[in-house]
Amino acid sequence: MTAHSDSRIAFENVSKFYGEVLGVNRVQLSIEPGITSLVGPNGSGKTTLMNLMTGLLRPTDGRIRVRGIAPDDPERLFKIVGYCTQHDTFPRGLTGFQFLSSYLLVHGLSREQAHGLAMAAIERVRLNDAAHRKIAAYSKGMRQRIKLAQAICHDPSVLVLDEPLNGLDPMARAETIDLFRELATEGKHLILSSHILHEVDLISDSVILLNEGYVVAEGDIRGVRSEMESHPLQIFIRCEKPEVLAAKVFAQDAVVEVRIHDDRRGLLVSTRNPDSFYLLLNQIVLAEDLEIEHVTPADENVQAVYRYLIGGNGEKR
Amino acid sequence: MSGDVMVPAGTLVGWPLWRRQLAGVLRLELRKTLLSSRSLMLYALAAMPVLLGGMHLLATPFMPEGMASNLGRHARIFTGMYSTFILRFVIFLTCLWMFMNLFRGELIDRSLHYYLLTPIRRWLLVTGKFLAAWVSASVMLSSSTVLALLLMVLPAGPRELADFFINGPGVGQVVAYVVTTVLACLGYGALFLAIGLLTKNPIIPGVIIWGWESINYFLPATLKKISVIHYLQALAPMPPQDGPFVILVEPVSPWIAVPGLLIVTAALLVLATWRAQRLEIVYGTD
Repeated sequence: MTAHSDSRIAFENVSKFYGEVLGVNRVQLSIEPGITSLVGPNGSGKTTLMNLMTGLLRPTDGRIRVRGIAPDDPERLFKIVGYCTQHDTFPRGLTGFQFLSSYLLVHGLSREQAHGLAMAAIERVRLNDAAHRKIAAYSKGMRQRIKLAQAICHDPSVLVLDEPLNGLDPMARAETIDLFRELATEGKHLILSSHILHEVDLISDSVILLNEGYVVAEGDIRGVRSEMESHPLQIFIRCEKPEVLAAKVFAQDAVVEVRIHDDRRGLLVSTRNPDSFYLLLNQIVLAEDLEIEHVTPADENVQAVYRYLIGGNGEKR
Repeated sequence: MSGDVMVPAGTLVGWPLWRRQLAGVLRLELRKTLLSSRSLMLYALAAMPVLLGGMHLLATPFMPEGMASNLGRHARIFTGMYSTFILRFVIFLTCLWMFMNLFRGELIDRSLHYYLLTPIRRWLLVTGKFLAAWVSASVMLSSSTVLALLLMVLPAGPRELADFFINGPGVGQVVAYVVTTVLACLGYGALFLAIGLLTKNPIIPGVIIWGWESINYFLPATLKKISVIHYLQALAPMPPQDGPFVILVEPVSPWIAVPGLLIVTAALLVLATWRAQRLEIVYGTD
């Protein structure tokens, strides 16, 4: 195996069945470092994929490698992997600090190392004041943060995070997203699932769309969107004379549909060939001396892709 | 700071790493076993023999003339109590509760995955959990047994007691009870650990095993051998059972009983490890 392939998380034709119930089927993925989001409705296989790559589940078929390590080799795997699961449960009777330091001791660290790393992780998720309080007395947001601390405390290079923003208040969400970006810039893998699509859009380098156990699409969201030929790309143009522009662009082959915005200060163009359209737009603007305020892709985001490929808006759970 | 402390875990491999990980599991499990709300049931069970011993002591003023100072009689009463109550009820139920919950309890609490997300091999996790529970159960139940024995023989008076422990069989009996208790925790512990991993509802097999162990006296010689109690009886200073339906067999020699129990324990631990190796975290169906 090459060094290049060792830096990826690879699923090779992986299937998982729970008895006769399908978890995921024939998944073929190669995930690069950076932030990758798993998106899909409930039961689509997001958690199953996460559990498979961390060895909590065994594949019925296929092969998985996390940076070259098999998930059934915990001694090597969990030196580089941290997993924040969706389970809001903890061992009984422990404080936040005891929870982290106890499991760091199971990692094989010395007492001093375990205590140092536990405190550092607690500080990173800003739980210093509650470190020595019982987890049972934590709020939902605090429990979510201590789980996150448990996942990052041993400084893993692969972080798997199942709905990591659940239960966090807006301030904590923003801080956590910053933390994710910071970790991603360090060259780590961050695999996360979220049902809040605008957040996925904000933080992800790439997405994996799942539906009913199958990978529906994967890659950089713009790349995924551009490959959807059945759904022309929608571009919103805010300008002074939308009628003039509409008449000019509609005559072109690349344009499928043009609609004037309700406030009559912009138009929505649907095109199957965005590159040609942008070129054409430049020519029209120069020729007609039009003033353009801004040009934005209107459906080049996870939510739109989700809607087109899976249906629904993805926000409900 | 010692040299050992300065070695980062990432550089450790093999036994040095496993030793540290085992110590980590032991520390966490001892805390869970002895300090959690679940341990209240264990303390209550372990306190029962002491409570009975205390009641026996309190009854001393009401005993007929000569009975209170008869240490041999008190020791025989304790022997019966150990055989029928401590071994068959207290030790059995304590081990059932403690060892079955090692994995099953954490599956019910949905907290087992935290262990499985550390770089520990599963056989080491099984070993660590088993050792922690075995040490806890042995210390708890041996202390309870010895304390109950002392309370039972206390009415005999200081001279009789000194004679029993210095010149008589007192110390030997205490050692025999402790060894039997520790081995009982080992045998029953391994059995219930394996059942806790193999079955989704361990209560039913637990009740069946309890019934099987209870009717051991009435079983034919061949079937007697398929039980833990049969081997333990060879170790403790217990009276031979008699009665209309009891089937008497030659007691097993301690030289067979002890290695036999150890071999069965090892086999059960191998089975438990095999199951733990294949364990998946699907809390929804557990």
